[in-house]
Amino acid sequence: MKSKAARPAEPGARPRRVAVLKGGRSLERQVSLRSGGRVEDALARLGHEVEPIDVGLDLIRRLRDARPEVAFIAMHGRDGEDGTVQELLEILDIPYTGSGVLACVRATDKVLAKHLMVEAGIPTPDFFAFNETAFRELGAAEALAAIEERLDFPIVIKPSSQGSALGIKFARSAADVPAALVAAFSYDSKVLLERHVDGRDLAVSILDDEPLPVVEAVPQGDEFYDFQARYEIGRTSFICPAELPAGVTEQAHELALRVYRLLGCHAFARVDLMLDADGELTVLEANPIPGLTETSLLPQAAEAAGISFDQLVGRIVELAPKTAPT
Amino acid sequence: MKSSAMRDMMAVTARPEVISLAGGLPDTSTFPPETFAAVAQRIATESCARALQYGPTEGLAETKDCIAEVMAAEGMPLDRDDMIVTTGGQQVIDLVAKTLIDPGDVVIAEGPTYPGAVPVFLAYQADVVQIEMDSAGMRVDLLEETLERLDREGRRPKFIYTVPTFQNPAGVTMSLSRRRRLVEIAHERELLVLEDNPYGLLRYEGDALPPLYALDRGVFVMYLGTFSKILSPGIRLGWVAAPPPVLEKINLGKQGTDLCTSTLSQLMVQAYFERGNWRDYVDSLTDIYRKRRDTMLDALAEHFPRQAEWTRPGGGLFIWATLPDFIDTTDLLARALRDNVAFVPGEGAFLDGRGRNAMRLNFSGSDEESIREGIRRIGEVVTEQVELYGTLTGKESPAAAAPAAEVVQMPTPAERARRAQ
Repeated sequence: MKSKAARPAEPGARPRRVAVLKGGRSLERQVSLRSGGRVEDALARLGHEVEPIDVGLDLIRRLRDARPEVAFIAMHGRDGEDGTVQELLEILDIPYTGSGVLACVRATDKVLAKHLMVEAGIPTPDFFAFNETAFRELGAAEALAAIEERLDFPIVIKPSSQGSALGIKFARSAADVPAALVAAFSYDSKVLLERHVDGRDLAVSILDDEPLPVVEAVPQGDEFYDFQARYEIGRTSFICPAELPAGVTEQAHELALRVYRLLGCHAFARVDLMLDADGELTVLEANPIPGLTETSLLPQAAEAAGISFDQLVGRIVELAPKTAPT
Repeated sequence: MKSSAMRDMMAVTARPEVISLAGGLPDTSTFPPETFAAVAQRIATESCARALQYGPTEGLAETKDCIAEVMAAEGMPLDRDDMIVTTGGQQVIDLVAKTLIDPGDVVIAEGPTYPGAVPVFLAYQADVVQIEMDSAGMRVDLLEETLERLDREGRRPKFIYTVPTFQNPAGVTMSLSRRRRLVEIAHERELLVLEDNPYGLLRYEGDALPPLYALDRGVFVMYLGTFSKILSPGIRLGWVAAPPPVLEKINLGKQGTDLCTSTLSQLMVQAYFERGNWRDYVDSLTDIYRKRRDTMLDALAEHFPRQAEWTRPGGGLFIWATLPDFIDTTDLLARALRDNVAFVPGEGAFLDGRGRNAMRLNFSGSDEESIREGIRRIGEVVTEQVELYGTLTGKESPAAAAPAAEVVQMPTPAERARRAQ
């Protein structure tokens, strides 16, 4: 693909040669291609020289040919968000946007992230986690009944590392659990059984250590337990800033920022929380590279804070190290 | 309904390292390039200006003569005036829906139905009612029950959509007695039927059954044909034969949609038909696809666990496999993609959440080695999940391979019952 024509940069921003990494073999490939395409347009408008790369077997060669000053990682899920691509860029001495390897590893592994949160005293729904070998080799199935008793139904069963709604199942009773586990193990060798929190879905995006206005995702109609619906355009509506009781916004901001720092995130991230009927906030997970599409939450939150998409992309590039990491 | 999760996953199936049994593609690499060159050369020399010009909405007379040849080969003599040339068969589904459906109207389809028809019916806001199938195609007895029920509710379906021969995705063929009964029902109740027949000439064994259109003689049956599977999907050429009042409305609809079907494509078909016997290429495809079907059936018997069932199509492009109901094939696809192999999850062929434990497998678009390897990999992940489920439920169920000779029927309604989650 040809580089997009460069135009004068905005005052203060030095035009840079930016490789936009997108696509890849993740199940969120499609979302990533949309995020990446939008980032490319914004970078071109800002006057940067853009080199789009659909990440595949030729990644290293293409990066060596393009010799970018910075790589904008617009990938979600496997490879892009789990530290793999970040590690490769470190080896190639190419500075990149967003969080470093360690933060990506911590955030992508929901089990690890939850253990860290528990240790730091950050509220997160009760959970148990297993890998496939526990069931296959250690007879963990016999412990299922005890787990179910400790968590109370309904419970949510999800793959440890899948970023989107894929593989997330809702178990109303013990009978639902085995099939839900089989489904979750389709995505990852480690799965999470988590107490279901009935409440409101909130997301706090963070840009450069500053929390942005809270976004609430409201599922349409009577589909509360349909996780699919939450991620389908038109089946979920988003409210930003979320209308929350006094003090809750501040609490959500504070919790999100604590998680962001705990995991060691850099430049930007999104933290997902639940607000239950008692007004208690719990943290579900953090996403080191949240979506950047037209309907994604980070751009919506930035918009609500008066930051345009172009400005958001510009800031993210500026926040990348100016020189290669050492 | 095809979920966004599934759409996202289908995007990954197109990557080059993936053995994709997910497509519905004919193998166009089998078409002789010299034939293409000769046809193109002839159009350039003899009818360049015409090929580059608009044409009549209903299609060129020469192309209609070629279509009449194909129709005759399937036992349906047809006059030029009784057909419209369309931009692929898909346009027929769209034009029929556009012409006949008002929001909320009932359309009857098979369950599972052609996944490509689903978004069309939804776009025109039809209420799609799906009728179960078994190894002899649509359960016409259940169709009658459904029609009775709809009658009592004061609802009259606009039409019945069916792929009676080598159905996509199920790979089954409607029996002669059911074909006769379906046409009778159409006459008794004055109901239109849209017969979609892209695969009728891709027959690998046995004798052809008469199409519904031949049994009905074009009174209530609308017929959809296409060159996609017997010549090329890239030329985007199909046709519709229908009762005159319907055909007139379709013609009006097509004017608004695209004025006319590509003149260049139509002249290519004409030049191709004049150059030699079009059936020779169909015969060569049939030989290739028969071997691929046999390869896939053998591989399924060898690699799929005994808890799985699949159809044994006598033609067409697809096999439909049904797994134990604790396996969700959309999730299974995620696992299969880690091993670089893909199929179409069954949920895309239903509008009501059924089909979640089924999959469509295409055998025409991959060579025999890829089919063997692809089925081996899918079989491995299915076996893995069957064993894991056994471990989780404490009911060890050794996933032994099915005996090779087993001929598998379509799943029973109970087996296809929607999973709780």
